[in-house]
Amino acid sequence: MEHPDVIFAIGTNMTECHPVAATRLKKAITRGAKMIVVDPRETRLAKMAHLHLRIRVGSDVALLLAMANVISREGLLDDSFIKERTSGSSDFIKHVEEFTPDWAANICEIDAKLIEEAAIIYGKGDPAAIYYTLGITEHICGVDNVQSLCNLALMTGNLGVTGGGINPMRGQNNIQGAGDCGAVPSNFPGFQPCSDPDFAEKFSKAYGRSIDPQKGITKVAALNQSGQEGPDGIHAMLIDGENTVVTDPDKKHCEKALGSLQHLVVIDLFMTETAQLADIVFPATGFAETDGVQTNTERRVQRLRAAVPPPGEAKPDWWIISEISKRMGNKQFEHFHSAKDVFNELCSLSPIYNGLDWDRIENSEYQWPVPEKDHPGTPRLHEKEFKNGKGLFTIIGYRDPAEVIDEDYPVWLTTGRRLQAYHSRTQTGRSAGIDYLLNEETLEVNPKDAIEWQLKDGDFVEMSSRRGSITIKVRVTDKSPQGTVFTSFSFASVPVNILTGSGYDPVTDTAELKVCPVRIELVN
Amino acid sequence: MISPKEVPPNSRVLTMSIDDEPVDFRDGETIYDIANRCRREVPSLCYDPRLEPFGACRLCVVDVEGIKNPVASCTTKATDGMVVRTKTKTIEKYRKTLLEMVASENRNLDINQLSGYSSQELSELLDQYSTDNKRFIGKTSGKSNKDDKNPFILRDYDNCISCYRCVRVCAEQEGDHAINIINRGFQTQISTEFGNDLRDSECTFCGQCVQTCPTGALSDKKALRAKESPGEIKKTRSVCPYCGVGCAVDILTKETKVVGIQPAMDGPANEGALCIKGQYAFDFVSHPDRLKKPMIRQDDGSFRESEWEEALQLAANGFQEVADDYGRHSVYGIASGRAPHEAAYTMQKFIRSNFGTNYIDNCSRS
Repeated sequence: MEHPDVIFAIGTNMTECHPVAATRLKKAITRGAKMIVVDPRETRLAKMAHLHLRIRVGSDVALLLAMANVISREGLLDDSFIKERTSGSSDFIKHVEEFTPDWAANICEIDAKLIEEAAIIYGKGDPAAIYYTLGITEHICGVDNVQSLCNLALMTGNLGVTGGGINPMRGQNNIQGAGDCGAVPSNFPGFQPCSDPDFAEKFSKAYGRSIDPQKGITKVAALNQSGQEGPDGIHAMLIDGENTVVTDPDKKHCEKALGSLQHLVVIDLFMTETAQLADIVFPATGFAETDGVQTNTERRVQRLRAAVPPPGEAKPDWWIISEISKRMGNKQFEHFHSAKDVFNELCSLSPIYNGLDWDRIENSEYQWPVPEKDHPGTPRLHEKEFKNGKGLFTIIGYRDPAEVIDEDYPVWLTTGRRLQAYHSRTQTGRSAGIDYLLNEETLEVNPKDAIEWQLKDGDFVEMSSRRGSITIKVRVTDKSPQGTVFTSFSFASVPVNILTGSGYDPVTDTAELKVCPVRIELVN
Repeated sequence: MISPKEVPPNSRVLTMSIDDEPVDFRDGETIYDIANRCRREVPSLCYDPRLEPFGACRLCVVDVEGIKNPVASCTTKATDGMVVRTKTKTIEKYRKTLLEMVASENRNLDINQLSGYSSQELSELLDQYSTDNKRFIGKTSGKSNKDDKNPFILRDYDNCISCYRCVRVCAEQEGDHAINIINRGFQTQISTEFGNDLRDSECTFCGQCVQTCPTGALSDKKALRAKESPGEIKKTRSVCPYCGVGCAVDILTKETKVVGIQPAMDGPANEGALCIKGQYAFDFVSHPDRLKKPMIRQDDGSFRESEWEEALQLAANGFQEVADDYGRHSVYGIASGRAPHEAAYTMQKFIRSNFGTNYIDNCSRS
């Protein structure tokens, strides 16, 4: 992260959400790298940028199309990379011709000159690195956003080089690992597709029962189908360590979904808002109490170690899940006596982990894929070739967010996180001292909007969307652009996810948490 | 692009002599770095390998042939054919005197280990040179700022030796520039802009200044809550439980309680850095709200504690019944992005091996 010549950070509030990663970017800047930040808000990262593009929430695709237009027009294409390692470039180049900076400026509500400048800086970067977080993915067009970024990196040859690439910053300590382990409806462990009959057979054999050779449904679909009559209905759930009703969009819908289940089992550290809806809650061991493994955002496989005994009778998640399975007559869990046993089975079934085992990861030096025992690990993906052959350009068009502002809901709300709080605060909220720095949630309102809406610091407002309303305290700040307000979802007293949930990406089912038209009224 | 501490791999290989032994080095390396690599224990108090060399404490002096006065090895680049001696009698005498002068600044040498990662450096050196802070008595610099009400960082500048590691780590590593040096000589003081409390400065409470302080002038207030608790301090290497960066940490425990967190200086993802969450938000581990027994919902909606066997059997029966009544596609699993691999792996195996479906997901969609 200290190597890029140009940093293009889009939809990432890195100084607050990934502070230690941000220190590496700061060092790159000190060393002379240029940074472009795309964010409607004036975050701390934005303040450090050479160029800050405060685009309207949800207009990323328009910006990225226009940047591709300028890069092509200015002859900043990496022709040999395009020729040797990509396909579909001529169609793409033709496609972007019509999307000029003037066209995008209108949608993004910024000056076209800024778009030109950003495109030229990125296009000339050698190398240029893209960093993104949920500001890119939590949209109905999240996939389009990511593919637009891929297009930019492909046309400039910024893949498979140190200090380049497209780098998503993962939000949770082991969210990468959950995917690695196959806890997704589309892949078996190690990203082996469920829809490929060979892999379905491999796992059917390994697990001693036949497994559907097609994808399952996503969590969003499962919640929609909860309690439903007919063949699609979901009637039982096992939820491990997720406070679904606070962190997911459309809180009321979520509570209703979980409430309609015949059988809900939750494993957690605390009696969370979600656990309170369960029939049975199991106490899990947590940080500092659990031996295990997790993968970070750079695919580094690291060891966790227990330092203290857990409280009361709390047990590791793997043990609880295994014991439930055993009581369903399943013999597949009988050989799990320790975290080591479980991890080694994962390694044996996952090609990206085949070269690893519990003892080899003692010093956390491996980044997957590690396909065989003497493999040194893979710090950089796509170095010589892409896994699936050529890098494909994707033809993408701009779409409006699921809901756009109108007379009834004239203000854009965007949501996110704050440095001192983590998600639903089940952990940071229970740690002494954090309150000294952040003890309540506020709504960030631009000073000009405050004058127009006759609000001042400390006023309480009712903020409503098509799904509900909440009461929140106002904080007047330049951080928010005019016409857009911001708050985090961390405080249970300000359940902002009552408002969100206007739409979902059609491919990934990721919710549009970053855009929600709202109405704001002063509460007396 | 290269980091300032890196030596260009293609730079020339040169030869020098350290304590009468020939040593190869690369053009651009300092005498201190080369000596360290050759396992010569050259003392220093202002040196942090992650920071630009500063030359404040002068304890790293060595004898260089042809130069009359001892030179600070941390700021002096080695040259071809240089002859260096790191441990002559004269040099050791110089060091002892310098150390005594540095230590004369400090009222307190008995610093609790919980204060911070580097907090024992001064007292250990004094032990090594069999001396203390009594030789030079007189004026001292630094003014304690113990009344900064923040709950994380104790600022007792009575113990400051003006090595400026805190100021430099804040600027060079963290990039926040929250603290700086004001005044000179005995009036020297580490201060925030306008002398405000840290909360009102650019400080993000990442704790890096605390962890690099060699004297305990800056200390970890949260860890020090446990200074009277019984038991030895034990360190266990693990990984921070918050975001996806995956910072390596040492968990500090006394008996069965987590009392503090220190960054792993050799952590591959963090190189000694942490943020406020990783550094200070660990009390949830021993919070009284933690679940301690399985809980079963009763008919009136309230929960009661239960034994494991009863709860496990009930959970298993519930899944079996739903699968029997509505088919195997009626059961769903949501894995955690917070729990380790073993949890996620058994979750997906629970769904796939019990029901033969791929009805499993994690929290990455929200």
